[in-house]
Amino acid sequence: MEQMTQFIALDLAGMAGLFMVGFVGGMVSGFIGSGGAFVLTPAMMSMGVPGIVAVASNMCHKFPKALVGAYKRAKFGQVDVKLGLIMGCSAEAGVLVGAQVQQNIKQAFGDVGSNLYVSVVFVVTLAIVGTYVLKDAIRIYRSGNTKAEETVGPLAMKVRSINIPGTMVYFKSIDAKVSFLITLPMGFATGLLAATIAVGGFIGVPSMMYVLGVPSLIASATELVIAFVMGLGGTVKFALGGFVDVRLAMIILAGSLFGIQVGAIGTTYVRPYMIKLVMGMIMVTVLFSRLFVIPVYMAQLGMIEAIAEPTIALLKTISFWIMVFALVLGAVIILKALWSGMREAAAQPA
Amino acid sequence: MSTITSRLTPQTLRTLALGALSLALYILLFSYEAEVLAASTGGGWAFVVPIVIAFVFSFVHGAFTSGFWDMLGLKAKTRKEPKRWSK
Repeated sequence: MEQMTQFIALDLAGMAGLFMVGFVGGMVSGFIGSGGAFVLTPAMMSMGVPGIVAVASNMCHKFPKALVGAYKRAKFGQVDVKLGLIMGCSAEAGVLVGAQVQQNIKQAFGDVGSNLYVSVVFVVTLAIVGTYVLKDAIRIYRSGNTKAEETVGPLAMKVRSINIPGTMVYFKSIDAKVSFLITLPMGFATGLLAATIAVGGFIGVPSMMYVLGVPSLIASATELVIAFVMGLGGTVKFALGGFVDVRLAMIILAGSLFGIQVGAIGTTYVRPYMIKLVMGMIMVTVLFSRLFVIPVYMAQLGMIEAIAEPTIALLKTISFWIMVFALVLGAVIILKALWSGMREAAAQPA
Repeated sequence: MSTITSRLTPQTLRTLALGALSLALYILLFSYEAEVLAASTGGGWAFVVPIVIAFVFSFVHGAFTSGFWDMLGLKAKTRKEPKRWSK
């Protein structure tokens, strides 16, 4: 029972903290399909949970949460199950390759090298995709046409015009056939990102919206199917090694299932561009969080001058709290949008 | 008293029952935490233990949380399916 030593004793304050983070994270995931889990791994590690147990337990709360969220949003007619399962399969392959890449980097450069790699992937992906999503949300807001149905972009039009015989699959969310050879790399990249930064949806949702032209409400709901497939596969992998602390996973799940219901209900009240706004805001804020720790890892690898220990601790603390801020910011926007939507709906004559 | 009785609709009773069941599951999990952790790291088929637990908790607690918000009046807005959805 060697692994038992990796499981810490849980205190009430820690459990309450995880429940709360789970709640807020669940709300964000229920709304944008993903993005609620990135604070959980560092939060558990700060409680003394070993890194691999934190990642494994996070994964084990993710798939049942995604299952409940996908079921809820399917009841609202927002899930394209076929698209989710097809992308989920290639995402699973991405997770396995991503985990192997992580392992190789860790063997070659140690924990610091691995952390630097994760942070660089965070910054590059979030800078490119996050800025694009946020700019698109702001453009829709400024156009004053937020109630209009989303239009299919030029890239999605081009993709839909590609016909590769024998590979075409009909997706009802876009009422069009698209080659699965196109969805394959999309899912793979989603899994790769999930294995690296724990949030594959930061690629999965924008790729569905901009490459396939899936409406944002459906893209965010379908991401929950992908998250379920990835999470289940990832949990099996970690559980085989005996790394899942099911107590931690179930505490987080307790909070996140309360949250995911609120996030999912919220999508029925808001205008579609709000999905893009919340996602873009979170991505850009998290980007700044990682910018603070990159110099720490670079100094530890000798790439730049050494940084004093108190400064390292300060930078890591700032980074963690910016991540928490990003999550809370997302939750506040969701609650505000939900509140306004409910008031607007109540004011409308039946 | 009559107000309380009138509020206890079958839906509310179901939610309360699910809440009690969910709470019981959590009490069981933490009462036997050492045994559960040992069972989930025992090798072989032990990997299914956390997965089965996760599924059971998601069904029970998921159904409870759904009913919980509904009971508090937080309901989804009924809307038409997106236009491009139907064919």
